[in-house]
Amino acid sequence: MIDVATLSNTLLYSAFIIYLIGTVFFAATIKDKQKRENVGFVHKLAIFTTVIGLLAHVGYFVTRWIASGNAPVGNLFEFVTFFGMMLVFAFLILFSIYRIYLLGLFTLPIALLLIAYASMFQTEISPLLPSLQSHWLYIHVTTVGLGQAILAISFIAGLIYLIREIDQTIPTKKTKWLEVIMYTIFATVGFVVITSGFEAANYNATFTYEENGEELSLDYHLPAIFGPQDAELVTENRMDAWLDTPTWIQGAEAPRKLNTLVWSLIIGFALYVLVRLIVRKRIAAVIQPLLKKANSELIDEVCYRAVAIGFPVFTLGGLIFASIWAQQAWDRYWGWDPKEVWALITFFFYAIFLHLRLSRGWHGEKSAWLAVIGFGIIMFNLIVVNLVLAGLHSYA
Amino acid sequence: MSDYICNACGQHNKEGTTICSSCGKPLDHEQSTKLLNMRYDGTAIRSKTRNRSIVDKVWNFFSSIKVGVTLIAIALIASAIGTIYPQEMYIPATVEPLEHYRDQYGISGQIYYQLGFHELYSSWWYMLIIGMIGISIFIVSLDRGIPLYKALKYQKVKRHQKFLTRQKLFREYENVSNQDKKTFVQNLKKRRYRIREDNGHILAEKGRFSRWGPYVNHTGLIIFLIGTLLRFLPFMHVDDMLWVREGETAVIPHTNQEYYLENNNFTVEFYGESEEDAKYEESLENVNQPIPKHFQTDAVIYRDTSMVTGADPELKKVKKGKIVLNEPMSINGLTLYQNSYQLNEFQSMSFNLHKKDDQSEESIGSFTVDLTEPKKRYTFDNGFEILLDEYFPEYEIVDGEPESVSNYPRNPGFVFLVYPPDSEEPEVSFLSIGRNIDPTNENQYKLSLADFEVRNVTGLSVKKDYTLPIVGLGAIIFMIGVVQGMYWHHRRIWIHPDDNRLLVAAHTNKNWFGLRKEFEKSIDHTNFSMIVDQEEEKEDNQ
Repeated sequence: MIDVATLSNTLLYSAFIIYLIGTVFFAATIKDKQKRENVGFVHKLAIFTTVIGLLAHVGYFVTRWIASGNAPVGNLFEFVTFFGMMLVFAFLILFSIYRIYLLGLFTLPIALLLIAYASMFQTEISPLLPSLQSHWLYIHVTTVGLGQAILAISFIAGLIYLIREIDQTIPTKKTKWLEVIMYTIFATVGFVVITSGFEAANYNATFTYEENGEELSLDYHLPAIFGPQDAELVTENRMDAWLDTPTWIQGAEAPRKLNTLVWSLIIGFALYVLVRLIVRKRIAAVIQPLLKKANSELIDEVCYRAVAIGFPVFTLGGLIFASIWAQQAWDRYWGWDPKEVWALITFFFYAIFLHLRLSRGWHGEKSAWLAVIGFGIIMFNLIVVNLVLAGLHSYA
Repeated sequence: MSDYICNACGQHNKEGTTICSSCGKPLDHEQSTKLLNMRYDGTAIRSKTRNRSIVDKVWNFFSSIKVGVTLIAIALIASAIGTIYPQEMYIPATVEPLEHYRDQYGISGQIYYQLGFHELYSSWWYMLIIGMIGISIFIVSLDRGIPLYKALKYQKVKRHQKFLTRQKLFREYENVSNQDKKTFVQNLKKRRYRIREDNGHILAEKGRFSRWGPYVNHTGLIIFLIGTLLRFLPFMHVDDMLWVREGETAVIPHTNQEYYLENNNFTVEFYGESEEDAKYEESLENVNQPIPKHFQTDAVIYRDTSMVTGADPELKKVKKGKIVLNEPMSINGLTLYQNSYQLNEFQSMSFNLHKKDDQSEESIGSFTVDLTEPKKRYTFDNGFEILLDEYFPEYEIVDGEPESVSNYPRNPGFVFLVYPPDSEEPEVSFLSIGRNIDPTNENQYKLSLADFEVRNVTGLSVKKDYTLPIVGLGAIIFMIGVVQGMYWHHRRIWIHPDDNRLLVAAHTNKNWFGLRKEFEKSIDHTNFSMIVDQEEEKEDNQ
């Protein structure tokens, strides 16, 4: 008998590989000499591959559900892989309306990055706390995931718009910010590279320190740049911490999280500089010529349309279903928990986006920048709120 | 005023109108070829036309989208600030808040506290911002919604030529036959357009109801906000706790002493205890403390049928069931939630009396103290008598003196007076868990703990919230409005015959791509060619 949990992992791995192949096909659609209206073989192949990848991804989700008995959206690994799945699904929805292949070229790498990022966290099947044992877990979390994924497509469209439209001949504030966005992608890659690298090497350094009179220990899986306050290294032959974590950084295992963040930023920066040295241009300027054929008005419309579709879905899942469940589990529909507040902030933000667009005519570039910021807020809620601002939702 | 009389049809328009409400002629400069601003179909908006009295000024302030968006932006930033450090309700209740913020987060924590950000969401200014957003939503809806409704309701089929030529999507056709026109209109009908005709002029329209989406969702938001406001009235909600020990029955608060709850059993399970948890093995190895899996109160609800106040209650069983997190129990409009629990609270303790120097501790007398209702005096056949002088349910030494920090027997402490049969002078003994003190060191008899019984206590929150239906209704209306406004589009196509030409214009409030696609499909099998986007054309010519 095949172990269902193992099968599940294999399916996720397959989905990753298939998305990778899909990305190559999407890249080939740009080089395809055919006219804009005609859809070549490689175009069809790209979409076909994406659908197959999504099926494998869904297969992972279903088998994991069977193995654990609960909807696999209970920890950061599970939610982020689910989010990646919904992102590909949301891409297919918008693709079916607008037939823009370029969206796929940007969506699949981001889905890949999400899966890779998620895999850096604890991937074992973990038990559900009593408060999470409810049908509302998957009703609420899946709707939120879908809503956020559709909103993320707006970010992708916005990013394509910005790369295509922003004048790269002279350095401006805009080109600088666009490079900041590019750099965050490199930093995510940096996180995956450094984490998996040292994990493969089985790196472990234990620090002991004192907090409120209690002797505590913290395991590092990366060399410590920032160690816990006044900590002592107890593992032999390991690098001792260079610096103490500032005291204002609080929360469980905060020093290690800070250390990982700093490492990711450094590696990301190194990668970024390396690429810049090779291509001798801004990253966005390298991509820009590839987007020449794109119809920027249509891309702008996708950017808006994704918000128009995603906003109601997100509101339903992130605020309404969330409130119903909170009423049932914690006997109050709203409790100002950081995760709740950031869902409200996301709601506020996209409400502003829609008002500015529909009533004040913020189209094109302005709207694209907003879409990028909106995605930043979603990612902040997903990552920073879970890992840093501890609360009821910090299940990772 | 003369500007608002249409020189084409003579209609007297309200001040501020930009498109004649009767014939559709643009009321701006005669020679202008600029694309029309179709927002609110060119009707007069109150806030754009009146600015005299203080009422007008307030009205104009709140009906501005710019102000509305700014208010939302302020609320957004304020909300974010509230998450920098935990709010007061999430910090331990035992410490002084100022100390907590200062000790945990240093100087920035202290400033955070002093600025009142520790209870930001209930601060007057946060509520003021939310209130202002509510007012803004209300006023803007009246300001724009009513004129828009009237304009669309009374729109005429026949529009002035300039109305068509200055639309974003427009084209003039010369070589189309009547048959082509018919087919085109038929196609539009198939696509669920409502067709209205007036002397060869045609207006095809669909999805007008999506224009009401924003007003519907704003109404929902206002109802929602009213619901949250009502929660500030004390009689609108009940928020209480009920602690019941296993085997005990307690009156449920807020039921006029009518309903009682008996805690038959309270159970807690942890992960790793049963075989089905084998799949979590790897994950459980990574955590040190046990992870709770399930907690449950087996409750029986009784109703007092004695009808007489002050009489002994006559309890009749009305309901039996479990209360689990996520599965609350309802009774008489109240909802009981599994909120907390206290495990292993002491129920009773048994003691043995023996001679102090007796190594075998042979019992002279033994007795049991019920910790919920402790008896004061314990007498024995052999003449011994023991008095429970002092009892501390949860004992702690505070400033060198024993003291009870709660009424719950979590760490009981006792002062016993032992009266031997031949003595009037008692011996004093102090006992608690792990302690047995003889203050005078001259005692001849000693008490020792022989046995104890524990039980669990369930903590149920007792809730009633009359605002829930209002808040829920608001949320539902909001969702309907958002979907209505976002997933449907208001599309109009005008056909205007002029000699042997046909002028065709199309407009949508949003999703131009969809309108173009629909137009393209509707001219199938006709000699119509694709409509022109005049905005795009202009850009291309530049």
